[in-house]
Amino acid sequence: MKITRKEFLKLSGAGLVLVFGGRELAALDRAAGATFPGGAKPRPRKQWAMIVDTAKCAKEPGCTRCIEACDAAHNIPAIPDKAHEIQWIWNEPADVVFDESDVQYLDAARRDEQIPVLCNHCDQPPCVRVCPTGATWKREEDGIVMMDWHRCIGCRYCMAACPYGARSFNWVDPRAYLANPNPDFPTRTLGVVEKCTFCSERVVAGKLPACVEACPEKALLFGDVNDPHSEVREVLSESYVLRRKPELGTGPNIYYRI
Amino acid sequence: MRDKFWILGGLLLFVGVATLPTWRDWETHANTRPPALVLPAHAKQCVAPLDFMRGSHMQLLLDWRQSAVRENNPTYVAYDGKTYPKSLTKTCLSCHDKREFCDRCHDYVGARTPYCWNCHVDPALGKGAAR
Amino acid sequence: MFLFEKALEGSRRYQLWVAGLVAFIGVAFVVYLHQLRYGLGITGMSRNVSWGLYIGQFTFLVGIAASAVMVVIPYYLHNRREFGRMTILGESLAVAAVTMCLAFILIDMGSPTRALNVILYPQFHSIMFWDMVSLSGYLFLNAIITVNALHAEQQNLPLAGWLSPVIRLSIPWAISIHTVTAFLYCGLPGRMFWRTAVLAPRFLASAFAAGPALLILLCLLARKLTGYDVGKKAIDGLAVVVTYAMLANVFLLMMELFTAFYSHVPELTEHLKLMYLGQGGPTLLGVFGQVSLLLMFAALAPLLVPRLRRSERWLTIACAAVFTSLWMDKGVCLVVCGFSPSPLGAVTSYVPTLPEVTITLGVWAAGALMITVFYKIAIAVNAEEGAEHSPTYEPGGARGPVGSAAHASQAGVLSSPGQFPASGDGTSGRDRR
Ligand code: HEC
Ligand code: HEC
Ligand code: HEC
Repeated sequence: MKITRKEFLKLSGAGLVLVFGGRELAALDRAAGATFPGGAKPRPRKQWAMIVDTAKCAKEPGCTRCIEACDAAHNIPAIPDKAHEIQWIWNEPADVVFDESDVQYLDAARRDEQIPVLCNHCDQPPCVRVCPTGATWKREEDGIVMMDWHRCIGCRYCMAACPYGARSFNWVDPRAYLANPNPDFPTRTLGVVEKCTFCSERVVAGKLPACVEACPEKALLFGDVNDPHSEVREVLSESYVLRRKPELGTGPNIYYRI
Repeated sequence: MRDKFWILGGLLLFVGVATLPTWRDWETHANTRPPALVLPAHAKQCVAPLDFMRGSHMQLLLDWRQSAVRENNPTYVAYDGKTYPKSLTKTCLSCHDKREFCDRCHDYVGARTPYCWNCHVDPALGKGAAR
Repeated sequence: MFLFEKALEGSRRYQLWVAGLVAFIGVAFVVYLHQLRYGLGITGMSRNVSWGLYIGQFTFLVGIAASAVMVVIPYYLHNRREFGRMTILGESLAVAAVTMCLAFILIDMGSPTRALNVILYPQFHSIMFWDMVSLSGYLFLNAIITVNALHAEQQNLPLAGWLSPVIRLSIPWAISIHTVTAFLYCGLPGRMFWRTAVLAPRFLASAFAAGPALLILLCLLARKLTGYDVGKKAIDGLAVVVTYAMLANVFLLMMELFTAFYSHVPELTEHLKLMYLGQGGPTLLGVFGQVSLLLMFAALAPLLVPRLRRSERWLTIACAAVFTSLWMDKGVCLVVCGFSPSPLGAVTSYVPTLPEVTITLGVWAAGALMITVFYKIAIAVNAEEGAEHSPTYEPGGARGPVGSAAHASQAGVLSSPGQFPASGDGTSGRDRR
């Protein structure tokens, strides 16, 4: 069995094409979409977004009302072990949320200011791109990055993919840490990943997300960024805002008003 | 026919295993009377005709799950025009009691308790114990 | 099962070894059942380090599986007969390695009962889907090739004609499995340690060093235990492969280090500082990273000196160092370092727990069992064929099952290490003459 180098190369090429067949490329293309300015991919009809007004939020130091509301609404267990924690919306200090250099000379007090973080419901969510079962997907009609807890296999690829640490895995049985589960929202079970769903179950009923509703300072503003007349767009048109890691091209939809 | 022993033995074994449930029931004096299902007091009708519910409630639930979670379509319009949220806890358990109704029949027919309850909460258990 | 009866008999030592492996697998399985019930919380993994030993082993073993091409290419494409005996061992090593990979993926899954969702709802944009396709395809190809090659050898027939395209297909396929595995990592936007274009080339380089190093060790072990000799020429040829691949791996690593430290971009350097400079204290990552780096150079020294490389003792040491170094690098550090620090800057220490290590060792034991059984069959088939058709081969004279050969070797009947049969004897019925 003799084979020339040329033949070998041809065969290798054919094998590669077989493996990465056209379907894959097309699918990758579809998943990656066009993020370039003026790109062909239309944004979803609606895109829910949130503006966190850091100044308003700072008026109430130590406040965790939004977090408590979310935890209660979604049966988020209080697991003491940090390694196994479940978090949908939680606080991080400013220098963690934003690039350290931006805050390096900030007053120590303001620097330790806690800022709420949550799933960014990205325009190009990496978690969705990598999910092998479609258990997480970007909803066409309103841009929410959804979770289907019935389909998740717990491979945690989405956790590796998320640049914001917004996903949690159920390392242990969450019900053991839920004193009094709220029957209106299912708990989760061992071995699935979870994250904020922008309260899709409330939004579909015309309500605001639980965290937004709970904020005493009205520091969280929820609305459709694709609607030029929405309140979020109004705020965005007149204030300076930051997003987390925009350089990664994920297109986060949580804005931080500075 | 030197395999006679094996063939006959195998056949006997097969028949024995295949009819095992019968023997077991006979041995344990299993109750073959249908379970006393506690029906809701305040309602006369289920979300679908009785025959359909009896035979296909699992399919209905899976359809609900698909359309509520993945297709953003949370409301079910019943055959009689009534609307229900597509929800195990909020709908089914608003009329039925999980333990006195669902579980009792599942036990009787020998169906595994659906794994749905690992996540979906039975409100009757409320306070302190989720299961 | 095909030729399985050959694995059922053997010397007492063989039986003890197999029984020991089976017992250990049983223990690990019980621990796994505990993991199923309690959850992955019994491992050392956490919110921030959400993959660990399991996925590391998976990644490393894909490389071992892919490296079978390093014997398949010379034997089938370049018709280097001296690789004949080694090839069947290499291919069965690939089968065992891919099986272990699949086991590790399943063990790492939070809800393994739903594993079929990957097939029921295939997502073509997920690299995980393509990894599954390429791995199962590779397993299938290698299983076909190994079984048919053994069959041909047993009956002293040439390989069936239709097998040739299958074998050729397996070559690019092997490259693809490891490339796709690298894509799992290097396509993630927020993980700078992985997001490098040399990840796939480096995966291949380290695989082609670690896999053949393991194969050399296994071949030497097989000769010691059973007298089955793959031939000095094959070992020497493969040692050259290990050398070049290790050089390529170190070269690519240096490229990484230069790019990160000269450009001085914190996102690139912070991971490497934890792993190679021991920043963050004597963590598992720091210790393994440094030891692995040292071993890389320590292994290259004897490999680069031809006289030492040809000495069997030095080669054994070098191969063991190559394997250990790359196992630490790819089987542990690669995964952990990608998560340290986390995207939010947290450095969470990761230390595998006892149950996690037990389960991992259990899968390795299953791999060792597969290798033992495959090699037993291959060697037994070869011995039969050798006894019937090439009586010149057997130093120990006529032979029954390999068990007797094992006794023979213990009794010192076989040639002492360093003596090889004439080169032509390395070939077997697999050649299409
Ligand atoms: C409005 C109250 C109501 C709701 C909501 C409701 N049911 Fe029913 N269900 C009933 C009543 C009343 C019956 C008895 C109907 C009859 O006897 O004709 C019944 C009967 C049934 C039966 C047949 C029992 C038998 O006797 O064989 C099943 C199964 C069932 N329901 C399941 C469900 C499931 C599953 C849901 C949620 C999808 C549900 N039901 C929601 C009221 C309700
Ligand atoms: C009259 C008897 C009966 C009653 C009452 C009943 N079920 Fe069932 N259920 C069945 C049978 C029979 C099956 C089929 C089991 C199988 O296919 O193995 C089933 C299956 C299911 C399944 C699918 C389980 C699986 O593993 O696929 C779900 C979910 C389910 N039932 C939910 C309910 C709920 C919720 C209720 C109470 C509101 C209920 N059932 C009441 C008889 C009943
Ligand atoms: C891993 C946990 C889990 C399991 C197991 C599970 N569910 Fe759910 N299910 C959820 C969660 C969480 C939601 C809420 C999703 C949302 O609102 O976005 C939900 C939502 C639903 C809904 C939509 C509305 C609602 O809130 O009830 C239906 C219907 C449903 N599940 C049916 C089922 C059925 C039937 C089963 C069993 C065959 C099942 N689920 C098993 C977690 C689970």
